[in-house]
Amino acid sequence: MGALRNLSVSQQIGLLFVALFGLLVIVTAIAFSRTLRDRNDEQLVAHEQFKRDLRAVWIGAVLFWVAWIAGGFVSTLLFGIVSFLALREFVTLTHTVRGDHRSLLLAFFAVLPLQYVIVATEHFDVFSVFIPVYVFLAIPVISALGNDPKRFLERTAKIQWGIMVCVYGMSHAPALLLLDLPDYRDRGAFLVLYLVLVVAIAQIAQESASRRLRRRPAARAISRSFSWRAWGLGVLAAGFVGTALYWATPFKPIPALVAALVAGGSGTLGEFVMKGIKRDAGVRSWGGKASVTGAVGLLDRVAPLCFAAPVFFHSVRWYFGL
Amino acid sequence: MTLPEAGGLLLATIARLITGAQGHWYGAPPKAEQRIYFANHQSHFDWVLIWAALPSDLRAVTRPIAARDYWTSSKLKHWITREIFNAVYVSRQRTDDEDPLEPLMEALRNGDSLVIFPEGTRGNKGDPAPFKAGLYHLAEAFADVQLIPAWIDNVQRVMPKGEIVPVPILCSVTFGAPLTLQPAEDKRAFLDRARQAVMALRTVQT
Repeated sequence: MGALRNLSVSQQIGLLFVALFGLLVIVTAIAFSRTLRDRNDEQLVAHEQFKRDLRAVWIGAVLFWVAWIAGGFVSTLLFGIVSFLALREFVTLTHTVRGDHRSLLLAFFAVLPLQYVIVATEHFDVFSVFIPVYVFLAIPVISALGNDPKRFLERTAKIQWGIMVCVYGMSHAPALLLLDLPDYRDRGAFLVLYLVLVVAIAQIAQESASRRLRRRPAARAISRSFSWRAWGLGVLAAGFVGTALYWATPFKPIPALVAALVAGGSGTLGEFVMKGIKRDAGVRSWGGKASVTGAVGLLDRVAPLCFAAPVFFHSVRWYFGL
Repeated sequence: MTLPEAGGLLLATIARLITGAQGHWYGAPPKAEQRIYFANHQSHFDWVLIWAALPSDLRAVTRPIAARDYWTSSKLKHWITREIFNAVYVSRQRTDDEDPLEPLMEALRNGDSLVIFPEGTRGNKGDPAPFKAGLYHLAEAFADVQLIPAWIDNVQRVMPKGEIVPVPILCSVTFGAPLTLQPAEDKRAFLDRARQAVMALRTVQT
């Protein structure tokens, strides 16, 4: 591992991408070879699900590769677009009414772009407070001017939540790109990849653990699959992968372990919270066939990141005393 | 690429970015046959949504109906409806010597497909208003043109009446199985059946 640490930045990241794409090619080839066999319906359904997930991972990997080549500005823009699509999906499933029209316009066309402009221009003091302080006041004011008191608190709270999760949370991922860490200049891109990777590993490990273990769920009405043991295994897997990658991070092995545990843990807990929101909205799966509105299921995939990114970002800042 | 084509592509992209414009086809695949699509009407955005949900090769032969006095009142409106959408203009003032359906019949005789909103006006919410007779007359005159019901979901949240800027919210257009006019079917009975066919698509699930 020490030899890896001595490679130049682009060599390290290049190596990681080669490994990532190599792994994806192998998994895809195996998945394809398995389609040649006869299977029953249940397996076919599971396989379709797996194919969808695999496609999402491919798209994510290619996006990161493009973002890494194109630099900080393009990455921030890409995250901004994902943020927009996620917020669109969130708003679709919360029942907004006419009086909310103006506040939604504010959220989509003013708050969202502004937050990403603030990130891109590295105004970190404004970045952390813009939404929780200023937008927190602006949205209900515009909503109140909509002149509709019916379920006012509920409607406003839902819009605020959508902004907090899809815009504020998400914007912490590109913000990592621009953190000025000691001896780690221009490696922010890797820190983002590290975060996404660790969160994804935690999610996948938790999912497969809960399928194998069949433990008693921690909150049956919210999620049938979430149990504390499966969660713990997911977080441990994240920690393991995170430590194995320490050589490309600004951390030493132990802090890398802690950082991965924090990111994986908060990501999977965020996903658990999202399941609660979905249940409330009356959909079982955010995307796919369950909803007539045709949500594409993007929110499902990015929600863990939205919750993990702020926690990870502030832990890193606190650890390095920035 | 000509300017109207580029404009059309831009409009379709914007519509997709804002609404997703997902088309779900149940009972009739998206084919280049001559068709009359009829749908519920809640917003000015409805036509653009149906149009963006169609595959691009069907967009060229599917035409909307536009009120002549409104959509030719400025150069831009006229250009958009004429060049991009290839709209069929109808006049809202009825004159004695002119059949208001004549421009539609003309377009159908040319082999074009049409999108019509048989409620006649934009409804507020809930169930669509009773259908006007135009659909029946067209079905009577063109028995071999398929009548496809469509339900547009969620669009009233994108752009409520009186607002100009659309909010990004996902919408979908559900296309149903073709409807045919039964021999000797009563006008009212047919229109009610057509309305039911549109409303039935509201709850379609795969």
